[in-house]
Amino acid sequence: MTPELLQQILFYLFGAIAIGSGMAVVSVRNTVYSALFLVLCFFNVAVLWLLIEAEFLAIILVLVYVGAVMVLFLFVIMMLDVKKVTKSQLKSGYTRAAILIAAAMLVELVMLFAYRLQNQLPADELIRQGLEYSNVAEIGMALFVDYVYPFEVAGVILLVAIVAAIMLTIRKRPENKQIDPSKQIHVNPSDRVRVVSMDAEKGNGEES
Amino acid sequence: MSLTLSHYLIFSTLLFMVSLGGIFANRRNILVVLMSLELLLLSVNTNFIAFSKFIGNVDGQVFVFFILTVAAAEAAIGLAILVMLFRNKKTLEVDDINELEG
Repeated sequence: MTPELLQQILFYLFGAIAIGSGMAVVSVRNTVYSALFLVLCFFNVAVLWLLIEAEFLAIILVLVYVGAVMVLFLFVIMMLDVKKVTKSQLKSGYTRAAILIAAAMLVELVMLFAYRLQNQLPADELIRQGLEYSNVAEIGMALFVDYVYPFEVAGVILLVAIVAAIMLTIRKRPENKQIDPSKQIHVNPSDRVRVVSMDAEKGNGEES
Repeated sequence: MSLTLSHYLIFSTLLFMVSLGGIFANRRNILVVLMSLELLLLSVNTNFIAFSKFIGNVDGQVFVFFILTVAAAEAAIGLAILVMLFRNKKTLEVDDINELEG
């Protein structure tokens, strides 16, 4: 079996599983199953990315998406006590509209690829790199040399997301022993302890 | 015959269609709409990576990196809003969430 044939077989296998699980995500009844099918889809697409030597992003996809985002999704799904959906997720009227819209966009995209961009698409052959090639090093060079400022902005975006998510979901609990920081700062020592100077009491002689 | 750019373009087009249809068709649960959105971003990322690899320019992969970052932030905030919405309305059905209060 030639490597090319093997690549083709792997592409069709994992691509078919990815699209099949994508369909399951939007049509399955139970939301938890839907999230798990999304995880399956992510894994398969990561394999497709590996097939064209985008190793770094494939690993990142599995780590960030499957490891963090989907776990968050599953947490939220299981935490929210959504009432059991008895009927299918899809409503017939909307399904018809959805198929119509998807078909229209599919036709448009196919026409774009087939006619408009026919001669402008890049070469069909993938440039296979040698063993000494490192995808991580290449992306690192681009990310930390050409895209340093966007990289830092991405950090700020994540910080904003953290603050926003916490602010949105935090709840004041009555049993919480939280202290208002502003009150803490504005406390004077004189409000709490007053030093009184007074003469020592004369003892009655009993304790000596 | 080895893997070509067209393979990846067709694959991501199909995935895009599936998730787009999912966004429009799904009316029972807003969580599934969010998940379809993630699928949509995934197919766009696949396009970016395929073009980046077949042109031989790494910039597309850097772009995917940023898209992943923003998508993670979006998922976190979206889920936070959803949790708040569920606390207030006790439902996640898209058609039931049809009123604005101010």
